[in-house]
Amino acid sequence: MKSFLKFFLIISFFCLKVSFISAAEQTEKLLNPGWGFKGFFGKFDRGSLQRGYQVYTEVCAACHSMKYLSYRNLSETGGPEFTKDQVKAIASQFEVNDGPNDDGEMFTRPARPADNFVSPYPNEKAAIAANGGAYPPDMSVLVKARKGGADYIYSLLLGYEDPPSGLSLDDGVYYNKYMAGNKIKMSNPLSDGLVEYGDGTSATPEQMAKDVTTFLVWAAEPHLEARHKIGFRAIIYLIILSILVYFSMKKIWSRVESKI
Amino acid sequence: MSDKKVKRRDFIFTTSYALGAVGVGAAVWPLIDQMNPDASVKALASTEVDVSSVEPGQSITVLWRGKPVFIKRRTQEEIDKARAVDIKNLKHPEKDEDRAKNPEWLVMLGVCTHLGCVPLGDKGEYGGWFCPCHGSHYDTSGRIRKGPAPTNMEIPKYEFVNTDIIKIG
Amino acid sequence: MSDHEYIPKSKLGKWFNDRLPILTLANHLTEYPTPKNLNYWWTFGGILTFCLITQIVTGLILAMHYVAHADLAFGSVEHIMRNVNYGWLIRYVHANGASMFFLAVYIHIFRSLYYGSYKSPREIIWILGMIIYILMMATAFMGYVLPWGQMSFWGATVITNLFSAIPLVGESIVTWLWGGYSVDNPTLTRFFSLHYLFPFLILGLVVLHIWALHVPGNNNPIGIDVKKPSNDTVSFHPYIVIKDLFALLIFLIVFAFFVFYSPNILGHADNYIEANPLVTPAHIVPEWYLLPFYAILRSVPDKLLGVIAMFAALFILVILPWLDTSKIRSAIFRPLYKQFYWFLVADVLILGYMGAMPAEGVYLLVARVATAYYFLHFLVILPILGAKEKTLEVPLSITEPVLGGSATTSMTRNNLDKNKI
Repeated sequence: MKSFLKFFLIISFFCLKVSFISAAEQTEKLLNPGWGFKGFFGKFDRGSLQRGYQVYTEVCAACHSMKYLSYRNLSETGGPEFTKDQVKAIASQFEVNDGPNDDGEMFTRPARPADNFVSPYPNEKAAIAANGGAYPPDMSVLVKARKGGADYIYSLLLGYEDPPSGLSLDDGVYYNKYMAGNKIKMSNPLSDGLVEYGDGTSATPEQMAKDVTTFLVWAAEPHLEARHKIGFRAIIYLIILSILVYFSMKKIWSRVESKI
Repeated sequence: MSDKKVKRRDFIFTTSYALGAVGVGAAVWPLIDQMNPDASVKALASTEVDVSSVEPGQSITVLWRGKPVFIKRRTQEEIDKARAVDIKNLKHPEKDEDRAKNPEWLVMLGVCTHLGCVPLGDKGEYGGWFCPCHGSHYDTSGRIRKGPAPTNMEIPKYEFVNTDIIKIG
Repeated sequence: MSDHEYIPKSKLGKWFNDRLPILTLANHLTEYPTPKNLNYWWTFGGILTFCLITQIVTGLILAMHYVAHADLAFGSVEHIMRNVNYGWLIRYVHANGASMFFLAVYIHIFRSLYYGSYKSPREIIWILGMIIYILMMATAFMGYVLPWGQMSFWGATVITNLFSAIPLVGESIVTWLWGGYSVDNPTLTRFFSLHYLFPFLILGLVVLHIWALHVPGNNNPIGIDVKKPSNDTVSFHPYIVIKDLFALLIFLIVFAFFVFYSPNILGHADNYIEANPLVTPAHIVPEWYLLPFYAILRSVPDKLLGVIAMFAALFILVILPWLDTSKIRSAIFRPLYKQFYWFLVADVLILGYMGAMPAEGVYLLVARVATAYYFLHFLVILPILGAKEKTLEVPLSITEPVLGGSATTSMTRNNLDKNKI
């Protein structure tokens, strides 16, 4: 019984170890501002999500698409939880292509909550052409698509530095200490006071990086809060049932053997 | 084995079974619920239609929730015909006034209540719709008058956003 | 099957059973005499059955929402994760379920290795098990291709290219596998079809596996033939059922932890980037459960020989019952084998670790030594041990492990106690 449990711990540890191996290759230690969405009861900070959305639309969305999200997601539980009317207003600022109409023509109309986020470029090639040959990745699942996840994105946003002496950079290439190879084609996107937060939070680069990263974590994992909630209940349930079944087992086996 | 012991054993077994059943139920629910309309389908539950170009006597068909909706701008003659019917004689008695709040516009789910075919417009013995599948005749208010369909064609929830736009759903 | 003929009590039951003896089967399964000293390592058979059913059920559901098309697959997975009711839960259970399945199957296999469960008269059970294991790897590999992320695409490219090592026809075989000149939509759709089919083949083989098991009955920790039914056995229901259930619940706690709190930790970040045939990710690493074989493949510097070594590492397991010539089953009574067994476990873990590392420098060297030792264990050490090892005395029954000579007795006792849970 004991060795059985011990074994499970060892195996779980080994699995974690294996998956961390590649993360250990990272040379620079990633920054971690302390995320509220981690841990057993992890939840998003609504204010941070709403501010993060603001940073995304005002800064990132000029180049980065987020094509798997819909405007309606912004009012769903577990997300930024804007009101339905706010979301309608947000959506109506964007134009989407629709059609064909009865005359066979394509037309544009204001977006509705059910529409997906409007992408800044019509296709990938256009995005590459407009950005000096580098494709600004879609941000829908960006956090899950990078080793280090939230920490990595946060660090990258704050990792711009002057290149070390002796390293010459081409035009349109910037030095970032967290980027693989340290060369990045995105210029430093955040500067003090770049956006004006409606709730009066001061828009320092650290604050904006934290907010937008939180927003991106939610975008990649919109059901995170439900997952944590259900998960906690499921594990408590399993532990209680295990205990009950353990005693049932003892009772049953006591008919043939004193020890099990 | 003493009585007390038996009771304790029974208690453990009964609780285990009961708790186990609860868990199985909780685990099965997501497997069932996943077949219900998903969030993207639910989000499309309402649609807005511009009817400014529809002339009296004309009818347009729009798709709503994957089904056709007939939007008919009725002529005065059609309205009179629909309102003159004595509803006592109907299979599914409904007043035209209740079916078309704005008498000029009839907004109706274009699905035959018999087995789900789409009826044809301006056909049938009552000047309304006729379902070609099994011969149900509907009048100018979309009420069943003759044939196997059990009820009138369904009126969806809709509202006039302004004089030109109807929001269905 | 059963020694005694089962006759249903009710008239209807008898009528039915005479025509379809399903009640006889049910009776056989409940009364099936099982050695009573089975420890928790024996509960993984039940756990594996649970894993297979879970994978099939969640997989069926995912197939209701997934779109097998190169342009739509990635988006349809996101649709499942975002829009489908509990879609995220079902997909995470399926994805982590594959890892849990392999975790359980490795424990199951190593249990068999420790207690000599593959030996006569259980060779067919073992071989069926190995076929199941190989099919599992094929299924898991094809399943990993379906989300059509970067790892899916490049993993599929690398693994299918293994077949190009075959002389003369290799290239044609690879083109045939792809249905084109690279991994593309035809590859994705056929992988989806086969990924759907294979679990049912596995299910059929599992039935045969259990059927073959019920002929000689279970092996047990001390590896002796048990007279059944006797004092040494208990009926499968309720004794083994409740024990399996308890172990399953503990297993589910670990499973739940992964699903709810680290659902992506066993996957690769790159697979959340949609497949791009123009860009290869920096490190292509298979899922953890394939790493030991991947290490063997890479440790051989020749393309064809590497592929042969990898498949040989699997095939060698199939013929294991004839490589291990020792008549004693359980490692409890084989002091030398027991040590070599743990060397093998360490060796496989090292191979797995090396499989995740870049194939260069010291990693490559260690991987080569570990690969050599892997083959050495099965091809040299086991046959020699069978002939030379001085084994301990084996008791005659489970309830009475005493043999006579007091020295041997106490030794056996100690060993038994040590191996009690």
